[in-house]
Amino acid sequence: MDASIPTKPADAHIDGPVRAHVVNLSFYYGEKQALFDVSFPIHDRKATALIGPSGCGKSTLLRALNRMHDLYPGNRYEGEVILYPEQINIVSPEVDPMLVRLKIGMVFQKPNPFPKPIYDNVAAGLWVRGIRKKSIVDERVEQALKQAALWDEVKDRLRTSAYGLSGGQQQRLCIARALAPDPEMLLLDEPTSALDPIATARIEELMAELAPSVTIVIVTHNMQQAARISSYTAFMHIGCMVEFDKTTTIFTTPKESRTQDYITGRFG
Amino acid sequence: MSTETVNPVTGKIDEQALVTKANRQDLRFAIIGFVVLVVVMATLFALVLDFMIDGVPRISGEFLTNYPSRRPEQAGILSAWVGTTLVMSATAMLAIPIGVAAGVYLEEYAPKNWLTDIIEINVTNLAGVPSIIYGLLALGLFVQIFRLGQTILVAGMTLALLILPIIIVATREALRSIPLETREAAFGLGADKWQAVWMYLLPAGRPGILTGVIVGMSRAIGETAPIITIGALTFIAFLPPAPLQDTFPFVNFDWLNSPYTVMPIQMFNWISRPQAGFHVAAAATGVILLSMTLLMNGLAIYIRYRIRRSSR
Ligand SMILES: Nc1ncnc2c1ncn2[C@@H]1O[C@H](COP(=O)(O)OP(=O)(O)OP(=O)(O)O)[C@@H](O)[C@H]1O
Ligand SMILES: [Mg+2]
Repeated sequence: MDASIPTKPADAHIDGPVRAHVVNLSFYYGEKQALFDVSFPIHDRKATALIGPSGCGKSTLLRALNRMHDLYPGNRYEGEVILYPEQINIVSPEVDPMLVRLKIGMVFQKPNPFPKPIYDNVAAGLWVRGIRKKSIVDERVEQALKQAALWDEVKDRLRTSAYGLSGGQQQRLCIARALAPDPEMLLLDEPTSALDPIATARIEELMAELAPSVTIVIVTHNMQQAARISSYTAFMHIGCMVEFDKTTTIFTTPKESRTQDYITGRFG
Repeated sequence: MSTETVNPVTGKIDEQALVTKANRQDLRFAIIGFVVLVVVMATLFALVLDFMIDGVPRISGEFLTNYPSRRPEQAGILSAWVGTTLVMSATAMLAIPIGVAAGVYLEEYAPKNWLTDIIEINVTNLAGVPSIIYGLLALGLFVQIFRLGQTILVAGMTLALLILPIIIVATREALRSIPLETREAAFGLGADKWQAVWMYLLPAGRPGILTGVIVGMSRAIGETAPIITIGALTFIAFLPPAPLQDTFPFVNFDWLNSPYTVMPIQMFNWISRPQAGFHVAAAATGVILLSMTLLMNGLAIYIRYRIRRSSR
């Protein structure tokens, strides 16, 4: 375990090494505030699930973590997201969004492969990092496709367009693309919402396999999914972090009645 | 219209009446559309057919390999089609890189403020400026101030100016129509702007940009007014130096400084002669010009088809 990653046993919610600390994060779409003083830890090499009713700001929070909002004018962050072990505030205007995105990978709700061959899609993240040596790229592409449980299905058609894959395969391709450069953290925004139950099950398996080696933050609407794949769960409501705890605690003995109501399906 | 779809007494909706009404509406529109289409196509077809009948029998190997002549039956378009080909090459070499780069700059790099808004409006308007104005500008700037002479280079520069707005607008439209997801995928991987634009956004926008390039080139190939203004010659009995040579460095750009004529000018010249034989030659030139345009469009469709297939 990396010694430079801090452990803060003093805080009740933290019981292991932390990869990032979100501290009093607020976010504004122009004038409209979408996140209010959100604070929670992101544990190292564990999956953290973000749950909450539609429109509560889950995607907004996730996209803040790799500065996706900087692509559009007028957006503003307040507060801090400290990334360890570098100890930099990744939402600070002084930190270049590109630097953050090089460290933190993202998988979107809708599969979004490039209109290019499968191989080129997975290699894209390596190429933008200047890794061009064929032997290395070949090896990392194969490894990432294997991690994403897609290798066997595509190994004979790596040169064909990614648009020829099914929706579920495309989403696993996007996961492989995000994994290939070996990111410090992987963000997933409802990665299974466009998929059928079988494809969903495969991606959930994949998450379970990845969790011991990659730090994951996943947004999901599916309570069972959150319970199955995450170690920690954050419940959000109208832009605020209502409760953060171990997934088992959130799903069995939540402290807040709003959390209880949501996970039992009384609202949301 | 007159069919009642809601029963006035019971207030019940008559679904069958709704369907009938919708079908009748579609049929009416389809008929109008078809009639307009037939009228337009027939007119166009008649025009093309008319000068095909005049011109096609005149086309022969000699017509393509002879220089213009005082005797109509010996006149050919060698200098004209070579001139057109070279002028179009010069135009493409200037207009495509500059136009695409300008489009990318305006869409992806330029700050969004009143200045860029004004530039945007002006670029769009420039596409509608009559071509003779470009000819006058080029005459004043390239020929009289820069003293570049009446050369292929000047013709290429003039026509490039003329079609730049078309290519810039097409590039911007193409970039703008790329789904946000593709954009976010590229930046989400940690790509910098240069990588995102040149590796992922421009390739995704290629069909749209190509369409703009072809529309522009098809416009340029038939332009007469600006070329006359900057002083293309109407009678040329020699060819510009060849662009390729067999000694190092194998390419040669002297042709850019050569006088030239182009096919529309040759046509214009022949039509203004009294002899009927020249009118036939003009029609034949028109057929060849039209075929070149069709060929260019065909090529574009083929390339677009290939791009689509490879990206599917
Ligand atoms: N580009 C935007 N500009 C302005 N407001 C936005 C923008 N995107 C989202 N919002 C608002 O921010 C709030 C949070 O939206 P967000 O997309 O983060 O919700 P979510 O929790 O991901 O919802 P869902 O579960 O439906 O995906 C919503 O009120 C939404 O209307
Ligand atoms: Mg969302």
